[in-house]
Amino acid sequence: MSAAVKFDARMDDRIAARFALLKKKNRPGLVTFVTANDPTPEVFREILEGMPSVGADLIEIGIPFSDPMADGPAIQLSSQRALKHKTKIADVLAAVKAFRETEIDTPIILMGYYNPIYHYGAQEFAQDAAVAGVDGVIVVDLPPEEAGELTVHLRANNMHMIFLTAPTSSDQRLPVILKEASGFVYYVSITGVTGTATADENAVKDAVARLRRHTGLPVAVGFGIRTPEQARAIGAHCDAAVVGSAIVDIIAQGVGKDGALDRRLSVKVLEFVKSLATGVHGAWP
Amino acid sequence: MAEARNTYRTGADENGHFGLFGGRYVAETLMPLILDVERAYNACREDPKFAAQLKDLNTHYAGRPSPLYYAARMTAHLGGAKVYFKREELNHTGSHKINNCLGQILVAMRMGKKRIIAETGAGQHGVATATVCARFGLQCVIYMGAKDIERQKPNVFRMRMLGAEVRAVEKGAATLKDAMNEALRDWVANVRDTYYLIGTAAGPHPYPTMVRDFQSIIGDEVRTQLHEAEGRLPDSIVAPVGGGSNAIGLFHPFLDDADVKIYGVEAAGRGIATGEHAASITGGSPGVLHGNRTYLLQDEGGQIQDAHSISAGLDYPGIGPEHAWLHFQGRVNYVLATDDEALAAFQLCSKLEGILPALESAHALAYVMRAAPSLPAKHLMVMNMSGRGDKDVFTVAHALGESL
Repeated sequence: MSAAVKFDARMDDRIAARFALLKKKNRPGLVTFVTANDPTPEVFREILEGMPSVGADLIEIGIPFSDPMADGPAIQLSSQRALKHKTKIADVLAAVKAFRETEIDTPIILMGYYNPIYHYGAQEFAQDAAVAGVDGVIVVDLPPEEAGELTVHLRANNMHMIFLTAPTSSDQRLPVILKEASGFVYYVSITGVTGTATADENAVKDAVARLRRHTGLPVAVGFGIRTPEQARAIGAHCDAAVVGSAIVDIIAQGVGKDGALDRRLSVKVLEFVKSLATGVHGAWP
Repeated sequence: MAEARNTYRTGADENGHFGLFGGRYVAETLMPLILDVERAYNACREDPKFAAQLKDLNTHYAGRPSPLYYAARMTAHLGGAKVYFKREELNHTGSHKINNCLGQILVAMRMGKKRIIAETGAGQHGVATATVCARFGLQCVIYMGAKDIERQKPNVFRMRMLGAEVRAVEKGAATLKDAMNEALRDWVANVRDTYYLIGTAAGPHPYPTMVRDFQSIIGDEVRTQLHEAEGRLPDSIVAPVGGGSNAIGLFHPFLDDADVKIYGVEAAGRGIATGEHAASITGGSPGVLHGNRTYLLQDEGGQIQDAHSISAGLDYPGIGPEHAWLHFQGRVNYVLATDDEALAAFQLCSKLEGILPALESAHALAYVMRAAPSLPAKHLMVMNMSGRGDKDVFTVAHALGESL
């Protein structure tokens, strides 16, 4: 049964449907980031399953990598915690598959670096991710110039390749990126690695306005948002606000030096996500 | 046998690819800057004033040309091929690294950058970068793995004397790979005023090509010098390969000379079978890291594995993309030398020739010691003495069970 059902769900394009719904509700979305299997496979699945009901509108799952060059300390450490469990792409996809058994509307986006995907095989990855119920992929170190070998397979499997744009992306550069983009556009609000600086509201406002002159795709803003207040302020100027490092920091706080876990860890993470959602949801007038 | 080609010397293509390898695998924030570096470098390449300025610095500041030296006692000891050393260790700062740093600092200044960052393993590139920054009055930040800081203390002190800030990287294995990650993170955060002066022939395009071009002066000089000494081309050339900048510099001018056999010596550490090595080609597989596709040490999930070598400069789990391509094409033979072989070569060279080789260069010498005895006396073998071993005396002493 599941293959046919999932195929139909895929054709519905969860990402487009979700942004359409947000528009209808007249509010920006909250995009949450957690690394797969951080801090353990069990707690990660609790967090993942709980996300939609506390207000995560789209979910990014990080594929852990040994050398996350565009990430700050918080996400570097989360990758290391996940890799302690020997987390591979197959494990990430299995978690998505399990999530999809109960939740079919919330888009899932995998975010990571190219080497694990390349090693898995771009075509196999696209096929298996589609079957698992993944909707889009962000590959931090795969600019449009190099992305063709993955994009072709993602498209063949009805998935979106989501590209990053940055404060350094000029008006000449943006068309090069946006020509290949689909799903939504991710605006990196700081020149820096994840979680190390605070997005400047006015700069984001101008940048998103500039992006909108180049694309009709929804714009999500991330890399420098830590609190419900910031999420609300940034959310006012875009279609979705992304929070990663601040969530991951709460996971880190729940892991003792001896590796012992706070038993209320997933509850605390989900409470924080709820507060972020409350902030974001009131962002539009 | 290598497939017959018109030339091996035209890469990279316009997108920075050497066949399957190379490319520009960087975060979007860096892409505009990478493209700027490429534009600036291309402009420099075509500017005779740039060439003249670099030549002047190479001659009067770095001390080029470096000698090509007939190692008579080593040759007699090995009893086979006639062995020459290209004396890059005599350059200012003690290694080939200065060749690249002088070239890139001129590019950086043309781009108007005021702050220079670099990664370093053995500290040779860090010292060379700190040196050119001092020479031109630019701010300099060097990222270095904490483990490397421990085993290369003299170079750390040299960098500080030269006015550089040395930032210890504690993450991962705390070696060169992790230093490069931190340098890339710094660059993303400081794109507007900062230039990343990459020390090896790796990273995103145009770095592998640019570094190769600045290092090719090694091979160009060898051609001329050996012609003066022997009236002909070498029969074989040998260089150590970590990231591969000294090696590509020696090899590139000879790639189209089919009769010249070329050997790149990878660090086999404690032996390939132990898994504790830094031989990306022999013991690795293709992947994407630090801006380029190349051979990498990685596990079955595509996670990068820690390299091991007694030589900090070879302790890196990747290799420059042009080497990956030259291996793929069969033009260059990538061979191995272990920690122990390098240590033996270090000691033999010190006693026979009065030259303390860098542990990196000692790997190449270890291969020469293996290969030369069975070759005829008329075989001309040129080895790149890429750096001097003064920086390694603590490591060597420790390995020999002595404390300084």
